Amino acid sequence: MRALLLALLLPLLLAAGPLAAVEPGEALPDPALEARARLLSRELRCLVCQNQSIDDSSAPLARDLRRLVRERLTAGDDDAGVRDYLVARYGDFVLLRPPMKPATWALWLAPPAVLLLGGGVALVAFRRRRLRPALPAELSTADRARVATLLAEPGPPERQP
Amino acid sequence: MRRLLYIVPALVFALIAAYLLAGLGLDPKTLPSAMIDKPAPAFDLPALADVAPALKTADLGGEVALVNVFASWCVPCRAEHPILMRLAAEKGVPIYGINQKDKPDDARRFLAQLGNPYRRIGVDADGRASIEWGVYGVPETFVIDRAGRIRYRHVGAFGPQDLDPILAMIERLRRG
Repeated sequence: MRALLLALLLPLLLAAGPLAAVEPGEALPDPALEARARLLSRELRCLVCQNQSIDDSSAPLARDLRRLVRERLTAGDDDAGVRDYLVARYGDFVLLRPPMKPATWALWLAPPAVLLLGGGVALVAFRRRRLRPALPAELSTADRARVATLLAEPGPPERQP
Repeated sequence: MRRLLYIVPALVFALIAAYLLAGLGLDPKTLPSAMIDKPAPAFDLPALADVAPALKTADLGGEVALVNVFASWCVPCRAEHPILMRLAAEKGVPIYGINQKDKPDDARRFLAQLGNPYRRIGVDADGRASIEWGVYGVPETFVIDRAGRIRYRHVGAFGPQDLDPILAMIERLRRG
């Protein structure tokens, strides 16, 4: 019964997607402009909550910034213009995707570097294993005889359970 | 060669550990200001009537001053208020206020109760001027030099321990 309920609810939950904090009065009448505003605000950090975008956050500052983004788009700014406006005031921190510059090289390059390093180690280990001589497929007659004598010898007394 | 292979993971670990350890010392709540050494932003705010004259960009500069973003609804503002009073009264530091998203009557009551350290107060009813300053919380305080540039930013309430560094900074700017 519970499994059935879950099976019925799961598609609904998946279809719901992330909830946005955009309030009814905020959306722009022009759907194309509003879509751009939504995309932009998903990339802009709410500086109060720090790990949410202004699209997600219900903080008052996030609401003000959403309004600001829409005002500037309506005034004819392009996306980069809106981003630059906020970066000039809040710094790169306002961007959820940090720009590539010397201070962020470690941030951007660490994942591929770790991947390359790990891949290299794995490759070396793999090749070593392949180079190791394979075991002989069959035991030789001498080996068979030795196994037989070893098995015939009385072993140590078995432990009583 | 083989021994080197065993040392490499330890080196990688040490590198990552050092990087993360350095991160532990940083306070994630204190954001670097993008406004340091830039001129004060363009803004023009109406006055808090009966208390202080209005505040706009042109009022800044000429003198080393503080710009303090405050609101009566902000509890830390209440805590830092005595320090602002002391800076204004004892050190003669001009302090300009940006009253963010406040009801004018509440702001007047706040200043009547605790005293008014501000030379001018701009009423930032919608918070837009605060965004121009790169403010993301209340209170925040900026030190403005004689050329009207932002030289220092303090996020959150001033505590007694913040008084000496800010006074030293003001002295240096006054001389320089």
